[in-house]
Amino acid sequence: MVSKGMLALATALVLLAGTAHAQISDGMVKIGVLNDQSSLYADLTGQGSVVAARMAVEDSGADKKGLKVEIIFADHQNKADLGSGIARKWYEAENVDVIADVPNSAVALAVNQITRDMKKAFLVSGAASSDLTGKACSPNTIHWTYDTWALANGTANAIVKTGGSTWFFLTADYAFGHALERDVEAVVVANGGKVLGRVRHPLNTADFSSFLLQAQASKAKIIGLANAGGDTTNSIKQAAEFGIVKGGQNLAGLLVFLTDVHGLGLQTAQGLIFTEAFYWDANDKTRAWSKKFAERNRGIHPTMIHAGVYASVLHYLKAVDALKSDDGGKVVEKMKATPTDDPLFGKGTIRPDGRKIHDMYLFEVKKPAESKGPWDYYTLRTTIPAAEAFRPLDKGDCPLIKK
Amino acid sequence: MFGVAPQALFGQLLIGLINGSFYALLSLGLAVIFGLLNIINFAHGAQYMMGAFAAWFLLQHAGLGYWWALLIAPVAVGLFGIVLERTMLKRLYHLDHLYGLLLTFGLALIIQGLFRNEFGSSGLPYAIPPQLQGGRNLGFMFLPNYRAWVVVFSIVTCLATWYVIERTKLGSYLRAATENPTLVRAFGINVPRMITLTYGFGVALAALAGVLAAPIYQVSPLMGADLIIVVFAVVVIGGMGSIMGSIVTGFGLGVVEGLTKVFYPEASNTVIFVIMALVLLVRPAGLFGQAH
Repeated sequence: MVSKGMLALATALVLLAGTAHAQISDGMVKIGVLNDQSSLYADLTGQGSVVAARMAVEDSGADKKGLKVEIIFADHQNKADLGSGIARKWYEAENVDVIADVPNSAVALAVNQITRDMKKAFLVSGAASSDLTGKACSPNTIHWTYDTWALANGTANAIVKTGGSTWFFLTADYAFGHALERDVEAVVVANGGKVLGRVRHPLNTADFSSFLLQAQASKAKIIGLANAGGDTTNSIKQAAEFGIVKGGQNLAGLLVFLTDVHGLGLQTAQGLIFTEAFYWDANDKTRAWSKKFAERNRGIHPTMIHAGVYASVLHYLKAVDALKSDDGGKVVEKMKATPTDDPLFGKGTIRPDGRKIHDMYLFEVKKPAESKGPWDYYTLRTTIPAAEAFRPLDKGDCPLIKK
Repeated sequence: MFGVAPQALFGQLLIGLINGSFYALLSLGLAVIFGLLNIINFAHGAQYMMGAFAAWFLLQHAGLGYWWALLIAPVAVGLFGIVLERTMLKRLYHLDHLYGLLLTFGLALIIQGLFRNEFGSSGLPYAIPPQLQGGRNLGFMFLPNYRAWVVVFSIVTCLATWYVIERTKLGSYLRAATENPTLVRAFGINVPRMITLTYGFGVALAALAGVLAAPIYQVSPLMGADLIIVVFAVVVIGGMGSIMGSIVTGFGLGVVEGLTKVFYPEASNTVIFVIMALVLLVRPAGLFGQAH
């Protein structure tokens, strides 16, 4: 009996000692990059995000600090059920501590909940829905790069103020499209504009001609594209074919990425106006980083999502190093408490609702004659200062924020 | 009608017909290959994509424009198909359909993967040829000249193919060779070569559709993967192996899909599968197929 008691005591001591020292679970920080590796969002997230995360680990100096970091990635194929399955398996069976990127708001909202339940950490760069720091906000999630509110605020404001008073939406029929349409509509209406109609198309649609005819028939001055990636490029290309712009209507690409402009070519994309959080050719630091990135990413220059993955992982590792722990909730708390500083977004902060705050930019796509070559695509129209770029803290209905 | 002006409805019918011409061209190729080779060619979408890429290559690296591409791309991709048939597919004719399906499906994944790795997923631009730019106002809609060209060109191609197979001597050899290859061989006809050329022709049809699609959609490694599933549904609805069936169903379902985009756009990518399920329940051999 005595020996049994001794054994129990010894076990307890070992366990206690274990928790006191090994605060980095299983001696390693494991980062899972979960995104679209094979479909319409693969160029703007995909392997580029994995490269960005690797660069962040290298630049964090984790090696020298004796911090072991491993990166794994998976393809969620834009399916919420598949994405949830991978997230759960990563957390439960593969000791993943943090999931990064996750474009496609439907998948991100699912992973957001799982991360919260499992008390891990979630660094969103790819997903857009402003609900991630609104109704669905979580103490375990940071929404880094952009959101639908910021896009609406940047682009729709600028367009309505220059006379684009009536709108028709082409909306991707899932969480992201709905959120973007809602946030843009709010801005349009607040500025005295009117929404004349909308049509919701399935994700990954090839032919938009039916929808464009409906938009044409609405006589709206602005056709708002509340979609992304391949859906946006196909809409823009076919709108040109159907003479939408020549007929006096204008397109508003509400979420356009550098890779989309590259795929369209300047001939088709010129003159588009949209809001982004990052452009590679902004300053010396972004140029230097982007050059390194492109070399490792088949020459493809970084989108704002790639930049966001880099910066969020970098800031995460800083917090892990400061705490000497990879406990999800604690690290996210520390990330919020620490001002951010990185070469891509400069100095910034993270709000209690998980929203990362930085400047946003309104860009216009150059004319072919203005561009010096591939990837030289944007002219800066306006900088939207950090304080005005994102939805005010008290307007998002985030349950973490006491009113 | 249902709150949609009749004028708008005309426009949508026409749009449906245009999209249907891609379904018709692709399902026609599948029907030819299945009818004569008994192979369910899952690589059809990848071959369609290769046609579009061939057009892009010719423009980018050889300076040859759209009209040359319309000629060269199908031949080049067709030759690629012939190599596939000679080296791999011909070993499978005596086996179950499933083997051909699995082989071509695997090939499609490999081809698409290679292209995606090389060119990414956002696609490459390809301009409408200058002769076909612009469009005309039909009163009820603005019809881009290029789309009008697509619909006319594919109707002509489809009917010509149907005519050759159903109404000429060459076609009768082909059909006889599928019914009874031994007997046809006894008449001194080189059946294996005929089968090889038929596969090459089916593949060339896919590539032709790819060239037609290049100026409308992004030239993207994924363009075929998304389309091929719908096209298979079209083939199943029309009846496997029926040439005229695949043409009529292709155009018809394009129109049905177009109308869905007006009345209930959320369902526009499922409506064809709903129809497929209904047709399979009522007529398992398809609308134009013959039950064996």
